[in-house]
Amino acid sequence: MTETQMRQANAALRPALLARTSLRDHAIRYGFIVLLVGMVLFFSLSTSGFTSPQSAVFILQSVSITGILALGVTATLVVGGFDLSIGSVATTAMMASSYAMVVMGLDGWTAVAICLAIGAIVGVINGVLIVYMRVPDLLATLGMMFLLVGLQRIPTEGRSIATGMTMPDGTTANGTFSPEFLALGRHRFDFFQPNLLPVSVVMLIALAILIWFFLEYTRFGRMMYAVGSNERAAQLAGAPVKAYKIWAYVISGVFASIGGILLAARLGRGDIASGNNLLLDSVAAALIGFAVLGAAKPNAFGTAIGALFVGILLQGLTMMNAPYYTQDFVKGAVLVVALVFTFALSKRGRR
Amino acid sequence: MDKEAVFRIAGLQKAFGPIPVLRGVDLTLKSGAVTVLMGANGAGKSTLVKIVSGVYARDGGTLTLAGEAFEPTTPAEAMRAGVVTVHQNINDGVVADLDVATNLTLDRLSGKGAHLLFNPRAVRRQARQVAERMDLTLDLSAMVGDLPLADRQMVSIARAMAHEPKVLILDEPTSSLSSAEANRLFDLIDRLRARGVAILYISHRMSDIRRLANRIVSLRDGRITGVFEGEKLDYEGAVNAMLGQKINLNAVAVREGGQAILDVKALRIASTAKPLSFTLGDGEIVAVTGLVGVGKTALAESLFGARHPLGGQMTLDGRAYAPRNTGHAIASGVFLVAKDRSDNGIVPDFNIYENMSLPFLRRLSSFSVSRRDRERAEAQRQIENLAIVCRSERDEMDMLSGGNQQKVMVARWLTQASRVLILDEPFQGVDIAARRDIAKKLRASASGRATLVFLTELDEAFECADRILVMSEHTIVGEHRNSEIDMDRLLAEIAGQHEASEQ
Repeated sequence: MTETQMRQANAALRPALLARTSLRDHAIRYGFIVLLVGMVLFFSLSTSGFTSPQSAVFILQSVSITGILALGVTATLVVGGFDLSIGSVATTAMMASSYAMVVMGLDGWTAVAICLAIGAIVGVINGVLIVYMRVPDLLATLGMMFLLVGLQRIPTEGRSIATGMTMPDGTTANGTFSPEFLALGRHRFDFFQPNLLPVSVVMLIALAILIWFFLEYTRFGRMMYAVGSNERAAQLAGAPVKAYKIWAYVISGVFASIGGILLAARLGRGDIASGNNLLLDSVAAALIGFAVLGAAKPNAFGTAIGALFVGILLQGLTMMNAPYYTQDFVKGAVLVVALVFTFALSKRGRR
Repeated sequence: MDKEAVFRIAGLQKAFGPIPVLRGVDLTLKSGAVTVLMGANGAGKSTLVKIVSGVYARDGGTLTLAGEAFEPTTPAEAMRAGVVTVHQNINDGVVADLDVATNLTLDRLSGKGAHLLFNPRAVRRQARQVAERMDLTLDLSAMVGDLPLADRQMVSIARAMAHEPKVLILDEPTSSLSSAEANRLFDLIDRLRARGVAILYISHRMSDIRRLANRIVSLRDGRITGVFEGEKLDYEGAVNAMLGQKINLNAVAVREGGQAILDVKALRIASTAKPLSFTLGDGEIVAVTGLVGVGKTALAESLFGARHPLGGQMTLDGRAYAPRNTGHAIASGVFLVAKDRSDNGIVPDFNIYENMSLPFLRRLSSFSVSRRDRERAEAQRQIENLAIVCRSERDEMDMLSGGNQQKVMVARWLTQASRVLILDEPFQGVDIAARRDIAKKLRASASGRATLVFLTELDEAFECADRILVMSEHTIVGEHRNSEIDMDRLLAEIAGQHEASEQ
């Protein structure tokens, strides 16, 4: 084709394509954001006190731990994988930090280091199972989930951990949660108002910005997207595909363990029964994120918005006196709607 | 010709959104004749096929099969009416996780009146009949997923044949077949033609067209631009009607290779193969030709570090070169434009510039932070360079025609200077105009590197290479300068008869 022909072809294509991109694409792109804004408006008009800074912080705090887990699982979704073990990594980290301080008498910083190491190690094992042992991602991480749920109960024979608890051998555990560790769950930073922002919210925001920047603006993030979209093409473009995949699971594991640390710090004990909803809530947030801005792919910004969306909805409904047992139903409904946005309406989904 | 026009398309129109793809196509297919449909990529061939086979709904026009209106709404309906299509994408035609016998009889298993229970012995018996009629010599119990691409294609065609179609549509069926297999397919087409089947054959390959065509129809920009029939077909006229311009078969001005860049010694790429050796010089384009399955891709991947050779040494610019992986090869300046772009090249979630910059993100980014401005500038340069038809460098890949997608794949590896540029079947599924553009660009940019092109089609090798190496049974069996080709020797080497001719 000659240059003039090419230019003519381009000129002929442009208005036609622009017309097509108008309405439908805008609906897909901004639909979810509009829904979010509309929801905030609705709740602030129909309930009193919804728009206060305290309420906003409360919402952020309620989604901070699931949000952090969701950001981690986003990394595995980006490389075309999935991590079902995040919930149990978080509860394992919670139990491990409690055990380290209460039973072993270690200080808070060591406990944090142990938890992060557990997250990283679980991530490496997940990655190796998937990449080298060729176990499908869902199955490998499902197996790891079971393993960890069981493992965290063994040292205390299934008991929750708190100062003064009786150990299986009859002795009493006299260690205490160190004040620095508890501060992670209870300290609030001043932000326009005194004692407003909890550590977990600051962590969520910091990690969201970190992973967003990593995925969108570094070459590593770009390569991870390439691996998820066409692994063979990424390999033939020189990417160490296996290393990228393992790193994704390490990120996921470490993020989950951070979530677990914050949970332990908030509760002040190693509660065997808490954290049941973490996996489903965080996976839902990441999947809702697909629909944000019409991305139709895992993305950190969408995941953060997805977590926020669920938090705002639940808070609003609670303030309107909706009973607690409707919460899971509402979350599920939001997820299904978001998935319809992603797969039925968007251009990528239709491929 | 007094053959009966069994299938008639009149005034067929189709648009995707506001973009017209077919603008009133009139086409008749005659029973007992092969009608070849020629068209550049983006001319509307695939859309035409998909409407006729019931995949897309048409916007206007009529389809008539044996005098009656033919209005398929699903592929199954078209098939029952007697219009059977073998699509270009082989894996659409077979189920990889089932064995050959089940694949061959799949439509009987799922059609109306099928037995509730699955009887493996009856399936095997029916499959054997289908296979025998096709001269298919495959293990019927083999999993289709384990078969090479060419065999899968044969299964897919055999499965379509089991319907005893009135009209058979073949969409580039030979694009991944070796010439022996293609000949089996041609024999089968001859038999079907003799039985009175009307055949629509879509292909870019002149050798196929010369072998098969009774009539040629040229399609360009959604309109029929030429119908050629009669005793002697006007092939050049058909090509011109398809391209809308006079093509000039420009003979290659053969160059000598300069200083040696890559020296390959006693490389073994298969356990039973003899070692192979060759040297690539600065500025020359060397084509490696040979049938499908003789190890061309294995050689390409061995040079690129995507596969480890069983023995031998390589020297790049005088230094030992043994790539551990693809990243190492790229860092050493050895690039590969892989074949089957949709499997091995295109990242579908990435747009044009992201696809182009993929291997060179390290070089393009500052402190590992990607620099989209640099990537876009480089992509704009390449779009102009290779005359890629698109709105901008931010277009998604699936908006481009096959030829333009391939140009993006080649452009990806031209954005940075290479020492050795390897291209594996770069003209696969690419129209003639795009093929010329790519070949011209390769020749124009050849100095400063060695270029190695793996091509099954001889015509393509003649069109772009200075030197031609012939592969057979995973080793190199012959070498020719493109200015003094001994066709008899070359063909004998390709056919694996080199040893007989040497003695």
